[in-house]
Amino acid sequence: MCLAIPGKIMEIIDNDPIMRTGKVSFGGIVKDINLAYVPEAGVDDYVIVHAGFAISQLDEKEANEVFGYLKEIGAIEELLEP
Amino acid sequence: MKYLDEYRDQAACQEYARAITRITTRSWTIMEICGGQTHSIVKYGIDELLPDKIILVHGPGCPVCVTPLELIEKAIEIAERPEVIFCSFGDMLRVPGSTKDLLSVKASGGDVRIVYSPLDALKVARDNPDKEVVFFAVGFETTAPANAMAVFQAKQQDIKNFSILVSHVLVPPAIEAILSAEDNLVQGFLAAGHVCAVMGYTEYEPLAKKYNVPIVVTGFEPLDILQGIYMTVKQLEEGRVAVENQYSRAVKREGNDPAKNLITEIFEVVPRKWRGVGEIPLSGLGLREAYRAFDAELRFGLSGKSVEEPAECISGTILRGLKKPFECPVFGTVCTPEHPLGATMVSSEGACAAYYRYRRIQNQVKS
Ligand code: SF4
Repeated sequence: MCLAIPGKIMEIIDNDPIMRTGKVSFGGIVKDINLAYVPEAGVDDYVIVHAGFAISQLDEKEANEVFGYLKEIGAIEELLEP
Repeated sequence: MKYLDEYRDQAACQEYARAITRITTRSWTIMEICGGQTHSIVKYGIDELLPDKIILVHGPGCPVCVTPLELIEKAIEIAERPEVIFCSFGDMLRVPGSTKDLLSVKASGGDVRIVYSPLDALKVARDNPDKEVVFFAVGFETTAPANAMAVFQAKQQDIKNFSILVSHVLVPPAIEAILSAEDNLVQGFLAAGHVCAVMGYTEYEPLAKKYNVPIVVTGFEPLDILQGIYMTVKQLEEGRVAVENQYSRAVKREGNDPAKNLITEIFEVVPRKWRGVGEIPLSGLGLREAYRAFDAELRFGLSGKSVEEPAECISGTILRGLKKPFECPVFGTVCTPEHPLGATMVSSEGACAAYYRYRRIQNQVKS
């Protein structure tokens, strides 16, 4: 039930600070999602959604961190291996 | 799908597993706190990719599993009332109470509805002014922003026939309860990424220091979990203790301020009972004085009630990382997802259910 998934904001349909709502697409399935907690997120941004609410905006720059880190540790290990 | 598929890349997973093997010199026990991670680990066989020396144990991070029996009983009692429409996330419906579950209340004519968001329940209340609409507000910090907003809007819009049955639990006190127990085996933690997306991770810093355990904030996809394990093992091997953030694409150190502010406006920290574990001080959220009018327990006069838990289920030791589901004598025989004895068998995020679904056949072959 704690499942939260990434989705892409397609459209903002209500900009009231509390009711801020957008159409968010999850691989093609579109739902109305409350965006009050991600006031800076706009159309084309990705957000993490849980129970009808966006709880976090995904950071494009940090998104490749997993692969960068892997490359880095791979490279370091290669240096250390004889 | 962007932000999902790339984090399931098999070759990169293998590479991480090899990197973990390379740096592991001795045995380490690491707990993932969140049920979503437990599900991923068992589903993708992440534990089987790891060297034998790395032991993963599954923590109490499934809110469905730790909701105490007495709250299930209260939910059933409220849902049975003729004037009530009872709304809940789907996975609470099959959690066994002492004699029945919410699904059987629905089957015998109770108006029990599955909703996706507490805002859906609020809409049901708006559409049915002659009914009492109750939402079963279960969850960790991840769900608290949603429940806080539902109560906030109910008050703002003066919706009087709406209330919530609160069973909100907090992760850091559970980690502390596990670490402070004398029989604790856990040497490192993967903290739950989405809980931290809301709350940030400053609360974990004193815990890591006090108990001398590395804590790595970790996401939910296979690559996230493998990187989280790598970062934890690296700290353990180097004798370092810190809180690190693997899930930086979604988590900031300070968390989500607007969400935290609304949670604090609506809720206060209270003691909570955890199913299978017992009461943990200051481990949950309850409605603040100013919002008590929306408290279903008070509205239906149920606040004093307490119920003992059945003895045969060992989910308490499983939730604390001391035992695995296979060690339960009734696992997969008397207790199955169709007839769950304990809550860890009900939710797909519960350790017993994950093992039943993905490991039962293998285990039969082995034994
Ligand atoms: S298998 Fe069933 S009875 Fe055993 S610990 Fe898990 S939930 Fe409890």
